[in-house]
Amino acid sequence: MIPELGHFSLILALFVALALGVLSVAGGQQGRGDWMALARPGAQALWLLTAFSFGCLIYAFYTNDFSVAYVAEHSNSKLPGIYRIAGVWGGHEGSLLLWLMMLSSWMLAVSIFSRQLPDAMVSRVLGILGLVAVGFLLFMLVTSNPFLRLSEIPADGRDLNPLLQDPGLVIHPPMLYMGYVGMAVPFAFAIAALLNGRLDAAWARWSRPWATAAWIFLTLGIALGSWWAYYELGWGGWWFWDPVENASFLPWLVGTALIHSLAVTEKRGLFRNWTIVLAITAFSLSLLGTFLVRSGVLTSVHAFASDPRRGVFILLFLSVVVGGSLTLFALRASKVRSGGAFALVSRETLLLVNNVLLATAAATVLLGTLYPLIVDALNLGKLSVGPPYFNSVFVPIMVPVLLFMVIGSYARWKNDSVAELAKKLRPVAILSVLLGCGATLLAGAWSTLVALALTLVFWIVLGSLLQIYRQFKDTVNWRSTPLSFWGMHVAHIGIAVCVVGITMVKGYETEKDVRMAVGDTVLVGGYTFRLTGIHEAAGPNYNADVGDVELSRDGRVLRTLHLEKRTYFSSTMPMTEAAIDTNLVRDVYVSLGERLEGGANPAWAMRVYHKPFVVWIWGGCLLMALGGTMAALDRRYRRRAAASAGAVAAKGAVA
Amino acid sequence: MKYWLALFLALQLAASSFAGEAAPLAEDPVVEQRLIAISEEMRCLVCQNESLAGSRADLALDLRREIRGLIKAGKTDAEIMDFMVSRYGDFVRYRPPVKPTTWLLWFGPFLLLLGAGVILVRMVRRSQRGDAPKVLDAAQREKAQSLLKDPELPS
Amino acid sequence: MKKTLIPLGLFVVLVVFLAIGLTRDPHEIPSPLIGKAAPAFTAPRLHEPGQTFSAKDMLGQVWLLNTWASWCVACRQEHPILVAFAKTRTLPIIGLDYKDQEADGLKWLARLGDPYDLSVTDKDGRIGIDYGVYGVPESFLIDKAGVIRYKQIGPVTEEALRDKILPLVRELQK
Repeated sequence: MIPELGHFSLILALFVALALGVLSVAGGQQGRGDWMALARPGAQALWLLTAFSFGCLIYAFYTNDFSVAYVAEHSNSKLPGIYRIAGVWGGHEGSLLLWLMMLSSWMLAVSIFSRQLPDAMVSRVLGILGLVAVGFLLFMLVTSNPFLRLSEIPADGRDLNPLLQDPGLVIHPPMLYMGYVGMAVPFAFAIAALLNGRLDAAWARWSRPWATAAWIFLTLGIALGSWWAYYELGWGGWWFWDPVENASFLPWLVGTALIHSLAVTEKRGLFRNWTIVLAITAFSLSLLGTFLVRSGVLTSVHAFASDPRRGVFILLFLSVVVGGSLTLFALRASKVRSGGAFALVSRETLLLVNNVLLATAAATVLLGTLYPLIVDALNLGKLSVGPPYFNSVFVPIMVPVLLFMVIGSYARWKNDSVAELAKKLRPVAILSVLLGCGATLLAGAWSTLVALALTLVFWIVLGSLLQIYRQFKDTVNWRSTPLSFWGMHVAHIGIAVCVVGITMVKGYETEKDVRMAVGDTVLVGGYTFRLTGIHEAAGPNYNADVGDVELSRDGRVLRTLHLEKRTYFSSTMPMTEAAIDTNLVRDVYVSLGERLEGGANPAWAMRVYHKPFVVWIWGGCLLMALGGTMAALDRRYRRRAAASAGAVAAKGAVA
Repeated sequence: MKYWLALFLALQLAASSFAGEAAPLAEDPVVEQRLIAISEEMRCLVCQNESLAGSRADLALDLRREIRGLIKAGKTDAEIMDFMVSRYGDFVRYRPPVKPTTWLLWFGPFLLLLGAGVILVRMVRRSQRGDAPKVLDAAQREKAQSLLKDPELPS
Repeated sequence: MKKTLIPLGLFVVLVVFLAIGLTRDPHEIPSPLIGKAAPAFTAPRLHEPGQTFSAKDMLGQVWLLNTWASWCVACRQEHPILVAFAKTRTLPIIGLDYKDQEADGLKWLARLGDPYDLSVTDKDGRIGIDYGVYGVPESFLIDKAGVIRYKQIGPVTEEALRDKILPLVRELQK
């Protein structure tokens, strides 16, 4: 009964979304107040119907209703309760419902937090989002219905993939999808602007907090995914340039370019076309990612079970949405010269440089991800593009971004001079080189790459600190500094922190692959690891071999780590649960390999890692998200009534 | 008494020889280093998104064993890569080779960067040409003044 | 107007590639050995462990080398097809028992039928590596001169047999 209700709710949602989409957009175009008035309630109704449907699927999952095909495929009666809920989004159909849930949640948010926007704008935005929802609802109802019943009810389900039975599943997909789907909101704003022909600074000011919010969730979602892979997969890797990882990274890169481009459009009314293209591209990349993951076109560990029919549907949907948007852009793009001029050396130029570099980075990652497909499609054979390629091309493009980031935050709008910038930044530059090289020598063996990276880190941190100091010193009342100023610096410092983590781990991590019997010790990174015992343990739906490893340093025992090798009843592949001891300056990471010898004196293969500063990678991402939150909460976005663009720009506010 | 002492010492030695420094899985660390370096450049064909170095699949273990043998037999890195490519094709290379089919891949980013630079320069130049700030006439100036003085508008 | 069409143009090109991509299978890796001499090997026979068999024993005949194993689930799919095909006595089929225990292999054949003229064992997988095997089952069609002419990745299906293997066999046997 419940699954049928859930299914019915989706069908109702389809009609609501269709009505919302058509009437709200048409209403906005024709200025019909009665149709526009349907927008907000329509979005709220859509949310209620989607949430109800989602609730039904959770209920079916939690109560082990194996008559529902999706539940039988992905769940099991011995599955712990929390995974009977999170497992809802462990498979293709359920994750689509999560997608829809996130979309309707963003629509709900737009319907509530948009009092200061003109009704015609809100109506168009919600209408466009409604049409996107129509596409996804059709996709689900036609090809991927999670509520299909089985005619023969199995005694028990096939169980959730053991790799997914982890707290990471509870939080990573929802967070990631919030960001992924959130890019639809600035997209909708861009389309709405193209439709009404009003591409001004006010539009940019309205879109910016939404773009930033989506970016924040995407940052957190990617960081969580990376961290989850690190502790879950058992060999200490945290980024693999896997096609699905790239699919989430691409909208992030373009999203970063978007929020900076919106800054220019908001402050100076410039770069409007560029901003529109970025907004369309960010969401298009989200849709492209959805296609890549679910169509079977690329090999990936993340790929859902692929079905060419689904691939065709998504490709059609992608063509309509993106093709339509880009056609609209070609027809309606602002032909009017924006009127503002800016000098070669100015904040505008530097932000443009930043955008161009980020867009190039995104294009490069896209090229590498799709290249095997292109080569195969042209019948030129089979090729694989792995991390060595991406690392070689991505890093050189990002180095200038980190360099210009600081100069850009110092440069004045419209016109600045090299001499003045040099005067302010020379001490920072010199100090950065000294500290960067010094830190490299302190950390270990000399490496030019590490020195370059650490120099850039100090460049960013010292540059921000100096600006903050000058803000205290030069402004009459530093307390009135907008929140976005602090947000910018927190986010930029977050990037620096992340770079520290990446650099130190890549430069100085050590590992040993050893054969350990009970009582054996191994020395890695100054720490001593002693295997004190191995015993068997049973979990709710698995059996495990548990190893106890004593961690000590300089003779002092710090703690005992527990490693596991689990064999789930439902799967033949054993799963490794690594043991990690984390602190601010290093992780020690131990994982259990194969049993080499059994009997009275068993011996196991073990991998022991020392990873310096690895936790800074995700800490940096948290700081970035915090900075973004601060920027998005800036008071000027919460102010009522639209001031004219001129009055806002005249304030000459700080970044 | 001496007998017990001797036995005690013997047992101590025996005990410490059981629980000692863990032996590295590999017999020869130099060979292992080369193995890791070479196999990190190769893709595991079973789990297709891991390198041959890290994969725990059966085939990966077998292939690593083969490569270890080849290293000990004195083969160069290029010869070992050839060994793998002649059996599994270019697909096994994690880093795509530089040949005509991959020129676009390897030189593409650089070309994109150049193209981006050109667009950048043109956009900046265009913003500086013409576009002199408009001069307001008297009526427009008055309107501007009254707007600026309007207390209702947020400052 | 022209410049604003560029994003759309790029997108259309992308969609074309993606559409073509939907018709391909990224997991299938074509063999670089097609058109090259079948790697030589000498291996112990499964049923007569004291005796050996070499690839060069088959020179002058067109033959099919099929890798299989008792632990391989997909092999069960193709096995009935091979058994039926063997009855037509079109060409010799040699089995390569890959990374398997002899006892398990013998039991498996006894239970499911033996389409092979003979089987050899490859316990450490070396022969498989020489042939570029990465997933069992895989089959190789080898001509009279000992050159590999076709590789079937995955189980031999009725379609593959009918549309690809048999026509090629007829041609090579002329």
